[in-house]
Amino acid sequence: MSQETRLALAKDLVKALEDDNETKADEILDEIAGLRESQLFQEIGKLTRQLHDTLGSFEIDAKVAKLTENDIPDAKDRLQYVMTMTEEAADKTLTAVERLLPVSEQLTQQTEELALQWGRFLDKELPYEEFRVMSKQITQHFMHAQKGLSQIQSGLNEILMAQGFQDLTGQIIRRVIDLVQDLELSMVDLIRLSGGKSKGKPAGTETVDEKLPGPAVPGVDDKKGDVAHSQDDVDDLLSSLGF
Amino acid sequence: MKILVVDDFSTMRRIVKNLLRDLGFTNTVEADDGKTALPILEKGGIDFLVTDWNMPGMTGIDLLKAVRANPDLANLPVLMVTAEAKREQIIMAAQAGVNGYVIKPFTAATLKEKIEKIFERIDG
Repeated sequence: MSQETRLALAKDLVKALEDDNETKADEILDEIAGLRESQLFQEIGKLTRQLHDTLGSFEIDAKVAKLTENDIPDAKDRLQYVMTMTEEAADKTLTAVERLLPVSEQLTQQTEELALQWGRFLDKELPYEEFRVMSKQITQHFMHAQKGLSQIQSGLNEILMAQGFQDLTGQIIRRVIDLVQDLELSMVDLIRLSGGKSKGKPAGTETVDEKLPGPAVPGVDDKKGDVAHSQDDVDDLLSSLGF
Repeated sequence: MKILVVDDFSTMRRIVKNLLRDLGFTNTVEADDGKTALPILEKGGIDFLVTDWNMPGMTGIDLLKAVRANPDLANLPVLMVTAEAKREQIIMAAQAGVNGYVIKPFTAATLKEKIEKIFERIDG
């Protein structure tokens, strides 16, 4: 309310009182009171919003604090575990390949040599002595081939199983993405509250069911000691309960 | 013997499918979620269910419960293959009627053993 308005109202009030115009005087008094009230309401409104913002900012601070203290270190451990798992899987695969390549090469070579001899035999160019040698070599070759192929088979199975890491690391990474998104949303809120401009809430990525713990990362998820670490643990637990 | 393999990660479905083939089970079908698996089961013809737990649409435990609640499917042998390794979850699955529980990472030998055990119990 401006000084002029106040002065004008005051002058009107005095005049109304001098004129003994009670109604007019009351009207003016109501108007003055009304103005004071609305000013008061405005002040209260401003204070309330400030309080709300401050509380909101504390809440977000608390949330960011929690993320920083627990979830982010956890997330780092989880990603470290993912690195370890992928390295182990690559290692197992390469080891199997390195073991199998010489086996395959040797079998290929033997087969080629024998094929050559057999070709000469079919062309009637193989002397009998050499035929006898080839015959022995063929017997040996069958033995080698069986052994080699069995090695290759088991090696391929090892490589197959080694790919299982992708499922587990995928689940772990999903959870870390979730956490990062959480952090991102909190940051956006913080920025918004502190009066800065932000691009608004990012689109949601697929979220993980919060109730499911997922793959247990050693040192992160097994602190309470209620995680089965091996198939034997699982089997023991089930049989102890009669299943 | 027709087997349904359910897991939201296709790599895992492929691994299990190959292991089953190695054990002589060549008739396998796949589903990527409990939600897509249930209609396949309800249509009939599946003799064995291998399922993950953690799936976005319908979880393995809910799929198991739905199977056990359906009179046509109640006796279907179910093997759970999952990364969920907390004691209370293992117990929950057992109480819901799962026939076997294998945790990831698993070996081919373990999978073979658990499948054979389930079939023994059925035949026995």
